[in-house]
Amino acid sequence: MSQDHGKKTLSYPIPNDAPLEPPAEWARLRRQCPVARVELPSGDEASLLTRYDDVKQVLADPRFTRLLNADDAARLSADDSGGLFSSEMAQVIPDSGEGHQRWRRLVGKWFTAKRMAALRPVMEEMADQLIDDMVKLGRPADLKASLGFPLPVYVICDLLGVPAADRDRFAYWSDTMLNLTKFAKVEIDAAQAEFAQYMSEHVAAKREQPGEDLISELIRSADADGGGLSDVELLVTGIALLVAGHETTANMIGKMVGMLLADRTRWERLLADRSLVRTAVEESLRFDANSGFGLPRYLREETEVGGTVLPRGTTVICSMAAANRDESVFDGADEMDLSRSPNPHLSFGSGAHSCLGQALARTELQVVLEVLLRRLPTLELAVPVDELPKVDGLVVGGLREVPVRW
Amino acid sequence: MKVTVDEARCCGAGQCVLLAPEVFDQREDDGIVVLLEAEPAEHLHATVREAAAVCPASAIELSDAG
Repeated sequence: MSQDHGKKTLSYPIPNDAPLEPPAEWARLRRQCPVARVELPSGDEASLLTRYDDVKQVLADPRFTRLLNADDAARLSADDSGGLFSSEMAQVIPDSGEGHQRWRRLVGKWFTAKRMAALRPVMEEMADQLIDDMVKLGRPADLKASLGFPLPVYVICDLLGVPAADRDRFAYWSDTMLNLTKFAKVEIDAAQAEFAQYMSEHVAAKREQPGEDLISELIRSADADGGGLSDVELLVTGIALLVAGHETTANMIGKMVGMLLADRTRWERLLADRSLVRTAVEESLRFDANSGFGLPRYLREETEVGGTVLPRGTTVICSMAAANRDESVFDGADEMDLSRSPNPHLSFGSGAHSCLGQALARTELQVVLEVLLRRLPTLELAVPVDELPKVDGLVVGGLREVPVRW
Repeated sequence: MKVTVDEARCCGAGQCVLLAPEVFDQREDDGIVVLLEAEPAEHLHATVREAAAVCPASAIELSDAG
């Protein structure tokens, strides 16, 4: 740490009241302390990375494992479980090498750019329908509850073949799994047991009566060549996709619209030139200062990062959001430039573990933005930017509500 | 411009296909990159450069066709 903090270790996540602005610490850490000691909600310590090159290198380097269940790995969350990344469930999917590649390719083929592009018409119809319902209820409305949350949930439920009517239960189970400080261990254990029970019944039902959904397809490919996923892998894959498909994109839709309306000249620029939707989505992903905890990695051997030697047993936290503001990579990093290109942001990670669902997320974000621009060109925030309420106590960051009028 | 792709590195993110579907595709059976056009036409160079720059696995290499 630098002198001005003396011996005091920085708390992580770094406290930040501003709903859309990054904490001032990021710029200072990138400049003066690129490998910073931080204290996590569990009380354990870790090393925080904030520079683009360091974060990108570590995320793509297999020496930095996801084996956060090691005895000396830092626990993240304040509950006794240690949180999502150190759960038993997180260890079922192989971390690296051929095992990981096999899983990744078996599941990844259902999330190709083409398959996601083919879902566009369905997504557009859903978005139109949800906006119809929101308009009917009148303004102001909460854009997150009306559109940002239900759209990705319907899409992922459809993909997995689970009923969207159960979405409130999924949302609660997901939240407990993404806990940092919000839930106690007893709540989390109960929710995870219910979630696992639900998903294993779903897998069994699909085995009995296969459909056109992804779970059925994964079972089919397992039966076909014997090299498919085991039951426990299917169960964990289903849960992981449902959680990932829920929280991240739902939050991102709210934040994207929030950022574009916070300075309404951004919205107006998009109204004048719809061809900017693609780059505007990428820039929203880069500019999101509120993306959450970042990604933890655990070191099994001594390794150097950014000129600092990290001993084996170190837990590293990669802040992709801080790296995305690195001036050495992005000109005018603190400006939201809707036509920025190329935009090699790290919001989906980097390397072999980079987000499996990124083509889905991109397609959803583009569709939502296109439909909103077409349907509600007069859209504006219904509260001052500073009053946008933030999601608290979870691994994912976001806005709890996005009040809008039109 | 000459394009090469590294199938072993590819993580199937699909960014290249979203950007330049004339040049890149993904295999049906595992989502891994397929190079459709190793020497793309001039008007595609900008998007191909962008695809290489944003590939999360750094699996796309560009060189001068010479």
